[in-house]
Amino acid sequence: MQPAYLQQTLVALATIAHKETTRYLRIWVQTLVPPAITMSLYFVIFGNLIGSRVGPMAGYSYMQFIAPGIIMMSVITNSYSNVVSSFFGAKFQKHIEEILVSPTPNYTILIGYLAGGVGRGLLTGLIVTFIATGFADLSVHNVWITGSVVFLTAVLFSLGGFINAVFARKFDDISIVPTFVLTPLTYLGGVFYSIQLLPDFWHGVSLVNPILYMVNAFRYGILGTSDIPIGTAYGIIILFIVGLTAFSLYLLNRGVGLRT
Amino acid sequence: MKALSLRQLNKTYAGGVVALRDVNLDVEPGDFFGLLGPNGAGKSTIIGIISSLVRKTSGEVEVFGHAIDRDPWGAKTNIGLVPQEFNFNHFETVSQIVLNQAGYYGIPRKVARERAGRYLRELGLWGRRNVVSRTLSGGMKRRLMIARALIHEPQVLILDEPTAGVDIELRRSMWEFLRKINSEGTTIVLTTHYLEEAESLCRNIAIIDDGRIIENTNVRALLRRLSTQSYILDIDCPIEQVPSIEGYRVLPLDDGTLEVEVHVEQGLNPLFRALDAAGVGVVSLKNKANRLEELFVRMLERNAPEESGAAAPANR
Repeated sequence: MQPAYLQQTLVALATIAHKETTRYLRIWVQTLVPPAITMSLYFVIFGNLIGSRVGPMAGYSYMQFIAPGIIMMSVITNSYSNVVSSFFGAKFQKHIEEILVSPTPNYTILIGYLAGGVGRGLLTGLIVTFIATGFADLSVHNVWITGSVVFLTAVLFSLGGFINAVFARKFDDISIVPTFVLTPLTYLGGVFYSIQLLPDFWHGVSLVNPILYMVNAFRYGILGTSDIPIGTAYGIIILFIVGLTAFSLYLLNRGVGLRT
Repeated sequence: MKALSLRQLNKTYAGGVVALRDVNLDVEPGDFFGLLGPNGAGKSTIIGIISSLVRKTSGEVEVFGHAIDRDPWGAKTNIGLVPQEFNFNHFETVSQIVLNQAGYYGIPRKVARERAGRYLRELGLWGRRNVVSRTLSGGMKRRLMIARALIHEPQVLILDEPTAGVDIELRRSMWEFLRKINSEGTTIVLTTHYLEEAESLCRNIAIIDDGRIIENTNVRALLRRLSTQSYILDIDCPIEQVPSIEGYRVLPLDDGTLEVEVHVEQGLNPLFRALDAAGVGVVSLKNKANRLEELFVRMLERNAPEESGAAAPANR
């Protein structure tokens, strides 16, 4: 790799990542405050008020049980929505052309936008974790599993947001997937219950939901308990990341939604 | 080596609209080149393909020997683009827009700051560097796009209608700026609707119509082809009958104005002498149209389909 090419690629990556990070920090009232308020309400209503009547789940208090899922929910929704809104906004205002006419390679564009999504996902995850410690006694069972699962999940949903943005032609298109796909899958992904409670049929159906694996792997990292094997969870997350990365690069190389 | 070389370039958009048909074009290094044509002729498609925003159907494009297919990195590094539409982030400041663009080209922040300072000063935007771009006037936005396109100091600067909607004073100052950077070695390719702009700035031009290059020549050589020119004369008092002057076609426009068609080899002195002899005093004189404009219109008329009502082909 030529030094000039390497320098251009690295500086371009730093520029896109910095721009994306600055964007969500600049509008923190829209990006960081809402998940903090929403997740606080979950803790108050589901954890405190209803949870106190539910009793222990998988050997933990209901508040302890749902805390990892709620943290993961904020990571998923924020990493997705950051990339989908930012990249679609760049397409809509046409300033994505600033990058497209430059020699920035497509993989650099993708990593730069993912950096923004992952950064916002992890930051909101930290904020929600901090709020959760006010409601439940949380200790980390395995810091490596906790850290790696939350990071990989943020990467995966940033990729999902990117692909959504590539195909989106109007603002409605960037809210369809979060509303009709992401939210139901998250709620049915074992955030508020253990799938061991479900009848066999719905237990089997739940195993098709990829978010179940992420929530449970993260819960294992925090509490040391999971409804599914951790190795399977890692395998599925990595499989999705590889598939979505390849598809994202294919879309960028073909110029789908970007070049006429 | 050509600054820009287009070979057998074709573009058919989805839906079958043919935008370019076997376009061949060369631009020499250091040239100030004008690409002229009516709306929908294919100018912006050519620029889009060169800058990689539009995918070509077939053909070859090289920028200083770098093919856009085989060596996009080399080609893109040498191009600066000023598009027709504003395409910057309306929520970022002038400085952020220019510095980010430098970053996309791999220019370290320290160097980028120095260059941004220089170009923003030269283009009269330094005082507005911390202003959010959406609050700028139309002229300032155009200048911002020029500063942004120059931040990586490209060898070829491509401007798509850079002075559209810009007032005359600002247009002239932009012309001066473009002349200056061209004299410093930057090759400039310009599309414009203002033929006065092309005549004033460009050394070579190509005229494109319906996706085909119908003329590609030196501006002076082209102007020499203009056999007649029309002038508007303001006269000092109303006349009842237009004087008949041999060799000149004189038409009354209103009580105080005449239009005269003059063959280039005739000159104007015999006309003034004849008018003076007829007791008609000329107060002022101006060209009816820009010279290049006259040629441009004639060429497009020649190129138009002969059937009536077919002046604007559906595939434009």
